[in-house]
Amino acid sequence: MDMKQITSPLQHDVIKGLTVGDMVSISGRIVTGRDQIHKYLTSGGEPPIDLSGLVIYHCGPVVIKEKGQWKITAAGPTTSMREEPYQAQIISKLRPGAIMGKGGMGEKTKKAMSECGCVYLHAAGGAAQYLAECIIKVEGVHLEEFGQPEAMWVLTIKDLPALVTMDSHGNSLHDTILNDSSKRLEELFSQPFSVKK
Amino acid sequence: MYDLIRKTSTVLPEDVTSAIKKALAREDKGSVAHKTFDIILKSIVLSSKKSLPICQDTGTILVMIEGRPDKSIFHLEKSIKDAIRKLTKEGILRQNCVCPLTEKNTLDNTGLHVPQIHFEPVNRPTKISIMLKGGGSENMSTQYSLPNSKIQAGRDMEGVRRCILDAVFQAQGKGCAPGIIGVCIGGDRASGYLFAKKQIFRNLEDKNPSPVLASLEKTVLKQANELGIGPMGLGGKTTLLGVKIGNAGRHPASYFVTVSYSCWATRRYVVELTQKGEIKKWI
Repeated sequence: MDMKQITSPLQHDVIKGLTVGDMVSISGRIVTGRDQIHKYLTSGGEPPIDLSGLVIYHCGPVVIKEKGQWKITAAGPTTSMREEPYQAQIISKLRPGAIMGKGGMGEKTKKAMSECGCVYLHAAGGAAQYLAECIIKVEGVHLEEFGQPEAMWVLTIKDLPALVTMDSHGNSLHDTILNDSSKRLEELFSQPFSVKK
Repeated sequence: MYDLIRKTSTVLPEDVTSAIKKALAREDKGSVAHKTFDIILKSIVLSSKKSLPICQDTGTILVMIEGRPDKSIFHLEKSIKDAIRKLTKEGILRQNCVCPLTEKNTLDNTGLHVPQIHFEPVNRPTKISIMLKGGGSENMSTQYSLPNSKIQAGRDMEGVRRCILDAVFQAQGKGCAPGIIGVCIGGDRASGYLFAKKQIFRNLEDKNPSPVLASLEKTVLKQANELGIGPMGLGGKTTLLGVKIGNAGRHPASYFVTVSYSCWATRRYVVELTQKGEIKKWI
């Protein structure tokens, strides 16, 4: 399958052109944000930079300072579902172009993505070194008081691979997999276990 | 201890890597599952080569020590904590300990009851088992009290099978599938989770000495992979890399089935120590 090249911040027509199942290669400026950032942004906190069109990456990286420079030593996605209570509000208020993480998100986020034009990008969980190689620069850090994994890191990335699993047209691969595996589970439940001699 | 913990964070155990390679070979080229496994394998090679964390979530540190109860245990505890602090500074372990009262990160991976060090007195040379367990997969771990009417699980092996399959279904891709499942049948609310986790230390290729459990492990592994959840929950033929089941005596009134979910990046090693506390061999 061909990879679609996209650049963050994402243009509205690019977002609209993405559909579930598209493999993308992302370049440009992105920000990280996880539990503390989401709580902060939905309880009156002002975003330290303009988030419109940007990719918000659910990621708590490992970072060290070497010769006065920040260096990311590992940076894979974290479970996005924890941000479900906050994400829709952030999408409608701050208009990011994409949310990137792992595991997908729920109904509220899906609805906000349709209404505001936003997509969910699924990155390979645990592949922290492969993904860290795609980060070519740490531009800066905000809200560092939340702790290193929870701070907002502003990064420049190049060719980071991800899969569109929720689009701005109301589709979700996670819904499909959940429904299919639910049916399969019912079938498996009807085959009782007996010890094979 | 430094070398042991550093290797645990940066080099995926051979049995796990080999299971992922087999999983890649089962997927169709060009599929999302194939691409995902390909990225995972490339990342494993990179982390080992650069001696950097396999996953940015370097997990909760679980240490189990078996050995003769003498003073050396205190030295071991100190050297484990020193190693953890040093590795955190070096970016090999992420700052993963937060005080729930102040919400402040302790910054050095130690804190109240952290790291968890379990000691079991035995009359044998000292053996240390270490696991770095990611938070996402730990969140997917669960415990069932049987009978359970929702999944029609009774107090028998069929009931246990239903619990494990349900746990895998509920986890979908959120525990970083394909996972390795450790199970404890019986025990109490606390010991169930510990024994379930202990099963994850078993080599993926080993065979359960109990014929019933060996058969159940094989059946559940095969059936879980028919769920189609696949790597990261994006669809595919491999949803689990392994199922390991143990058991513990239970109270007549209780029948717990505890399922510990470990992500594909299952990082654990077991070593035997010399009397001086140096690594004698990797088990």
